[in-house]
Amino acid sequence: MSRSFRTPLGRIEGLGAAKAGTFHFWHQRITAVALVPLSVWFVASALAYVGAEQGAVAAFFAEPINAILMALFILAAVYHMSLGLQTIIEDYFHAEGLKLTLVVCVRFASWGIGAASLFALMKLALGTPA
Amino acid sequence: MDEAPYSPGPSARPVGRPQARPLSPHLQIYSWSVTMAASITHRATGMALSAGMALLAWWLIAAASGPEAYATFVGVAGHPAGQVVLFGLLWSLSFHLLNGIRHLAWDLGYGFKVPTARLTGALVYVFSLLTAAGAFAVGIMVRQGLGV
Repeated sequence: MSRSFRTPLGRIEGLGAAKAGTFHFWHQRITAVALVPLSVWFVASALAYVGAEQGAVAAFFAEPINAILMALFILAAVYHMSLGLQTIIEDYFHAEGLKLTLVVCVRFASWGIGAASLFALMKLALGTPA
Repeated sequence: MDEAPYSPGPSARPVGRPQARPLSPHLQIYSWSVTMAASITHRATGMALSAGMALLAWWLIAAASGPEAYATFVGVAGHPAGQVVLFGLLWSLSFHLLNGIRHLAWDLGYGFKVPTARLTGALVYVFSLLTAAGAFAVGIMVRQGLGV
């Protein structure tokens, strides 16, 4: 009988030295599935407003269903983007410090873009009509 | 006659000197295949779409800031350079979306046979270009007030 040096917590987590399981993979897939209909909806909607006045765009996002779908699109896209860019960085940057720095930068930039987009969307959706 | 020069066998290693072992072949060694090109394009379009998310934020901020800021955005988007970028993003999204569905099918265990993977890869290129061109044409028609 070989003796196991793993702690009980380590054994039930079953994650090994990487300290991560299928979390990244699974979330990449969930956001991908969500983005299939959401991105088709977004492109179809945006195409209908090519060259339109600001008022028309504001009126579009004043509709609750459009604001909600747009918020979901932004959230799924930003999360999917941060996971994808992280994978690319981890594949091509091997110096630990640089890799960590870039992954953190990608997370900050992704959620920064997401927060700015969501705030602008809220203003459009909830703002008083001009 | 002279003795034949000593040559170490494949497993012999001079003591104290690291053997020049074969490295794993670099990307450039392989001949191009559709599946390989699709994989690389998937990453490239993913990066392009990430940059596109920043433009999306600009679009929303411009719309939320008022008519003047929005007119600036529309001006840049309507400029030929803006149109090239928008077409690039439309194609990137079409490609990433269709190839993403291909990836999801693989995740479920479908389409792994080599001829199938080659065919679906080629189809993704063809249909992503058709979709992007079609969507771009719709955009031009809407802009010219023709409707769809």
